[in-house]
Formats: sequence, structure tokens, C-alpha cells
Amino acid sequence: MPVLARWIERAGIPTAVVTMMPAVAEERRAPRIVGVEFPFGHAFGMPGDKGMQRNVLELGLRVLAGAPSFGTRVDFDLEWPVPLRDAYRAWQPAEPSPIVRKLIEARRGSNA
Amino acid sequence: MIVDSYRFLPRSFRPYYEGRGPFRGEGEPVWAPFEKRLGEARIALLTSAGVFLRKDQQPFDVEREQTHPEWGDPTWRPIPARAGADDIGVAHLHINSADIQADPEVALPSHLLAQLAAEGLIGAAAETHFAVMGYQDRHLHDWRERTAPEIIAALRDEKADGLILAPA
Repeated sequence: MPVLARWIERAGIPTAVVTMMPAVAEERRAPRIVGVEFPFGHAFGMPGDKGMQRNVLELGLRVLAGAPSFGTRVDFDLEWPVPLRDAYRAWQPAEPSPIVRKLIEARRGSNA
Repeated sequence: MIVDSYRFLPRSFRPYYEGRGPFRGEGEPVWAPFEKRLGEARIALLTSAGVFLRKDQQPFDVEREQTHPEWGDPTWRPIPARAGADDIGVAHLHINSADIQADPEVALPSHLLAQLAAEGLIGAAAETHFAVMGYQDRHLHDWRERTAPEIIAALRDEKADGLILAPA
């Protein structure tokens, strides 16, 4: 995703990435970054919470329009309002993704 | 607060993301200045949550990913700004999509963006937004050669002054 932002930016269209992994977006050299400490699949917040979604989107827009220079990162100042253990479990798919399944099987194989 | 980028990531996956640096040839700064006032700008959104229109579009190809675990569907879908929960499906094997199905605005807040345009915070919202399936790091070739140029052309057609991208 950060690399897609870079290609679009290079074509002359300003971009901002709203991401739960802002450190990775920095490493991948995204031009403007908003960090959210939210579970995967929830970049703009809790379902049904219009206030939270609005606050994140507005921050994204203000960073898009007002970031002074390449690499600007602003983090959204809110903790996810669900206990970590529950939220950690909730975002994950019922079945491991194919690559995760492959990695787990490879690890089992190397431990055997 | 400073966001912990790995708070929700299984600990064993962290080395796949942390300290990997930029992709080859993608280390230099890129910068397109945002020249308009926000209140005069037309804004588009892009999600990598694998969102598609259930009635009119093919889902992202998760069947092939099942048999080719290192492959992810590199195509994209245009998502009309008015599309809502009844119109949208999610094809993404890496997340639980229940919350996006229930409220697509958590991934693609197109109704909220339209509201901000009506209030004057932004000049206008794009009529069409963008969806990809964001599992591409291993094979960027198709994204670079095809997906990105097509999205850039569509953004120009939309006369978008800026884009907010949100990974799933």
C-alpha cells in the first residue's frame, strides 16, 4: 500500500496513507502517514461509531492537505476501546490465510 | 500517543514487516504538493480490504490464492461513492471481514466523505472510489505495470486533487 501511494504521488496526485502499521509505512517511504492503533480491517475505527470514523478521516484529510514535507507522520490519539485480547482475536479470519497456513506448516516441519 | 505498529500483529509475523526497508528503487522521497485549499479540493479514497460490488463485479480471486499462497489478486475495482453495506462484498483471506460487511465505512468511508463535502470541509468527494486486495508485497509486478497506471488514469478522470489510502 505505501508503494502504491508512492507511484500515485509520483504521477502528481498527493496521497496520505491511514494505517495501523505507520512504522512500516515509514520504512516503505510513504509520503504522508496517519497512524492508528486499531486492529486490522478497521482503518477508520469501530463499526457504527461515526464520531470516531469522522475524527480519523478528518485527520487524514488535514495531513493530506497540510503536511509540510515528505515523510510527515501524525498518529491518531486514541486507544482501541476493546480489551486487547478480544480485539486481537476478533480481527483474525476464522481460518488462517493460505500463506499463514504455509508458514505454520513449514515451522512444524522444521521442528519435527 | 505514538502508535505501536505491531500491537495487533502476531508476534511471529513481526520480522516479516519490521526493518525490511523500502522496496528496491523506492527509497527516494516522492512529493506532489497539495496546492489547493482543502475546501476547494476533490478527494478520493482507496481501500485494500478487497471490497467489491456483489451484484456487478467479480470478487477478488481468493480461490487461486488458496492454491498459490504467495499470490494475491492484483486487480482493482471501482466503487461508486453511493454504494452501501447492502451492495458491498469483501474478498480477503487475511482478515475477519464481518465488521466491514456490517459497516463498510470502517474501511472505505465514502458516505462520510460525501457528508464532509456537503459541510464544506472538502470541496467535493469523488464519485468513484477504489478497492484493491492488499496482499501484494511478494509480487509487485502486476500492481506496478497495470493496476497503478489504471488507478492513476481513473484518478485523473475523476479530477481528484488528493487520495487517502487505507490498508486493511
